[in-house]
Amino acid sequence: MEALLLARIQFAANISFHILFPTITIALGWVLLYFRIRANNSSDPGWIQAYRFWVKVFALSFAMGVVSGIVMSFQFGTNWPGFMETVGNIAGPLLGYEVLTAFFLEAGFLGIMLFGAQRVSQRIHTLATFLVAFGTTLSAFWILVLNSWMHTPAGFEMRDGVAYATDWWAIIFNPSLPYRLVHMLGASALTCAFLLAGISSLRWLWKDNTPGIKKSLRTGILMAAVVSPMQVVIGDLHGLNTLEHQPAKVAAMEANWETGPNVPLVLFGVPNEQTRTNDFEIAIPSGASVILKHSPSGVVPGLNDFVTADGGIMHPPVKPLFFSFRIMVGIGVLMILVSWWTAPQVWKHNEPKRLNAMVLVAMTFAGWIATLAGWYVTEIGRQPWLVTGILDTASAAATHPVPLLGLSLATYLTVYAALLGAYIYTLYHLAKTTTRQAERELDPSQYKGAITGALS
Amino acid sequence: MIEWASTTELFWDDWLPIVFLGLMGLSALIYVVLDGFDLGIGILSPLVAKEDRDLMIASIGPFWDANETWLVLAVGLLLVAFPTAHGAVLGALYLPTTAMLVGLILRGVAFEFRIKGPMKHRRLWDTAFFSGSLMATLSQGYMLGYYILGLPTGWAAFAFASLVAVGLSCAYVLIGSCWLIAKSEHQLQQTAIRWAIRALIGTAATMVLISAATPLASERIFKAWFSFPNLLWLSPIPFLAIALTWRLHTLLKDTSNETHTAHWYDSGRCWSPFAITASLFVLAFLGLAYSFFPYVVPESLTIWDAAASRDSLAIILVGTAITLPMIIGYSIFAYKVFGGKATPLTYS
Ligand code: HDD
Ligand code: HEM
Ligand code: HEM
Repeated sequence: MEALLLARIQFAANISFHILFPTITIALGWVLLYFRIRANNSSDPGWIQAYRFWVKVFALSFAMGVVSGIVMSFQFGTNWPGFMETVGNIAGPLLGYEVLTAFFLEAGFLGIMLFGAQRVSQRIHTLATFLVAFGTTLSAFWILVLNSWMHTPAGFEMRDGVAYATDWWAIIFNPSLPYRLVHMLGASALTCAFLLAGISSLRWLWKDNTPGIKKSLRTGILMAAVVSPMQVVIGDLHGLNTLEHQPAKVAAMEANWETGPNVPLVLFGVPNEQTRTNDFEIAIPSGASVILKHSPSGVVPGLNDFVTADGGIMHPPVKPLFFSFRIMVGIGVLMILVSWWTAPQVWKHNEPKRLNAMVLVAMTFAGWIATLAGWYVTEIGRQPWLVTGILDTASAAATHPVPLLGLSLATYLTVYAALLGAYIYTLYHLAKTTTRQAERELDPSQYKGAITGALS
Repeated sequence: MIEWASTTELFWDDWLPIVFLGLMGLSALIYVVLDGFDLGIGILSPLVAKEDRDLMIASIGPFWDANETWLVLAVGLLLVAFPTAHGAVLGALYLPTTAMLVGLILRGVAFEFRIKGPMKHRRLWDTAFFSGSLMATLSQGYMLGYYILGLPTGWAAFAFASLVAVGLSCAYVLIGSCWLIAKSEHQLQQTAIRWAIRALIGTAATMVLISAATPLASERIFKAWFSFPNLLWLSPIPFLAIALTWRLHTLLKDTSNETHTAHWYDSGRCWSPFAITASLFVLAFLGLAYSFFPYVVPESLTIWDAAASRDSLAIILVGTAITLPMIIGYSIFAYKVFGGKATPLTYS
């Protein structure tokens, strides 16, 4: 049991660390392509400045994504042998196609995109940028196919406890894929948008007025203003789809214990699995029925339906789902408010107000928090299953001795904590040196002293 | 123990597992050659002053990510085609796998942090680059050693695996030096030639020890090699290896004494040490492949026991047949774009 817990924590730590970086690169790749195309067709130096700054952020994030992704691809074998033994016939081809179509594509053209501007024509360089962006999106597609299939399996049959594919079309376009894919791409766009806006605002607050900053800020804010309301709509549709296929997950998200009509929407509360009620509940009457069934008399499933006669709990743990869901939705709403409050200002004056800028700086990494919270809802909400209805998490785990797992877990956590610190620090440092360099170029007389940090 | 007669019969009945073994082997071989020189450069990087180190790292900067992807493909194919073996191998090698992954993490991020972080941290990231490369190399060799023996436990196995770890490090340093001979000029190139000579001697010495120890350690491998007529038609492998090693050694000696024309040092011919080393890698690989076949986990699981559903394999084979030529095509393109002597990398 203890070994299982450690293995789960290790997997969760690895995937949580990994997802931070693809979340940035998936959207940033397309933003760079946009900057690149604008730079090709315009004499405004802002676009190429924006490209040059953000391509460094991209390179850094991409490297972090790659190294943590390599860890992911070994995890199945080292920690979850039962996973491939049971559903390998389906997971295998999906992972195989991800490597063959996506990983090689992005890795193959990354070098040209980053360092090849002087060595190939502008057309080829733009094409390389496109292929890298396309590759990252394609890899998100394949892995989300697999992940969605684990939530809503389709197109297979079980023989002697092993899954065999019967219909690849049904496997790939399984019921939850469209929602999960679009919502994840939206999450990536928002994470990237607030990163663009946050770092640009920081540099603006440092009195950096180079045109590249305004381009980045504007792009980030407009992206956020357009995508954030869409994300709520898609999230709602995603929830309705989940209600159909994984009702226990939705019951836990809403902390609703009894099935019935007029289920309230719990705004705040502390779910208590002992008493099977919510402590300190503040709720909107019939709210959940309206959201999930579009009518106050709509019947919403409750957690008590997922308790077996002998008292076995067949629903996911309630507290983590309930709170993670509220964190995600809370940040989503905040993102709408902030982007709609700032967008008119930036649109009209091409510059934020001081207060706008400070709020944006505070929200630089808001996308990360919402994304992680969202994934926790999704993944913890699937428990006790690893593949819904087919394979439970406990039977897939490897049986390594506890000290061994403890050692590897401690190692990963240390490395990840250090790297996360280094990553954020380096973003800050990149912003600082780029701003200093801009100041030097504007007024060389004042900045005779050497600045630290080589920019290449 | 599987007899050859039954193996050939299985071959015609059920050839998909063999194709996948071949593909897996191919991507492992490509990985070892390509990331081998990256890791070798990493191990050598502390030996030079800052400017040369920057140039050495710039010589692999545009490639390392794509090179590493061959490892993802090899492990992916193991996972996809032989799921049981994937669990058995990686489960048994849990600790060295973790060490390798941490090494690859440190090596990979150091490329970025050493340039983008503040100058005062560069020493730190250079150390991470070196130690990550060394750690990944040693653990790969160590895993290979255990794998050859069929994943046993005990001190003898530990000693053998450690020997292979040292041998692989020498081999990576060798191919890294040869890469540098091709990609650098003047002083650095001369230094690389001297490194290559030493690494070649180290590699050859450990190869002899390993070759001597393998048959002792594994009766099956001993029989596979030292029975008649196998011995006869296998003999080209060791003889060719000895001849190539000799040729490489004289070539390196000559060039280190600058007896070659000045033209050699910057012409296409300075690629020949790299080409010879890569051929040596291929030979070593063929030897290993022959020793293992038809096992994926030596001594316990054959490829037919371990293979996934043939329908699933067929699906991936179609994709591989389409994408692999494209991958090889654009990889060659990328190498061409960054051909010639290495220069500092810039984003603009
Ligand atoms: C910037 C990130 C972000 C933001 C602002 C939101 N989400 Fe989200 N959400 C994600 C990022 C995310 C995610 C990380 O991308 C998840 C995890 C799995 C997935 O497909 O998307 C997710 C999952 C997820 C799920 C779980 C589906 C399942 O597992 O079955 C639901 C129901 C919602 N979201 C609903 C919403 C709603 C109603 C939002 C309204 C504000 C919202 N999300 C904002
Ligand atoms: C990328 C974002 C993801 C995040 C943040 C995430 C997070 C998590 C978390 C927190 C758990 C632990 C749940 C629990 O044990 O209660 C988990 C479990 C798991 N997830 Fe995900 N997941 C992600 C995507 C994926 C994908 C794409 C896959 C498969 C391809 C996957 C496969 C698994 C597996 C195998 C487990 C079982 C281990 C366990 O239960 O702890 N996850 N994930
Ligand atoms: C169990 C799950 C996962 C595994 C095994 C995995 C594996 C990997 C590997 C091996 C790489 C490096 C590829 C290279 O060498 O270029 C990578 C990168 C990447 N992964 Fe994952 N991954 C997982 C989850 C996810 C999820 C959930 C997403 C997004 C939704 C994602 C998106 C990406 C992207 C876009 C990259 C490109 C590199 C980057 O942008 O940082 N992965 N992944």
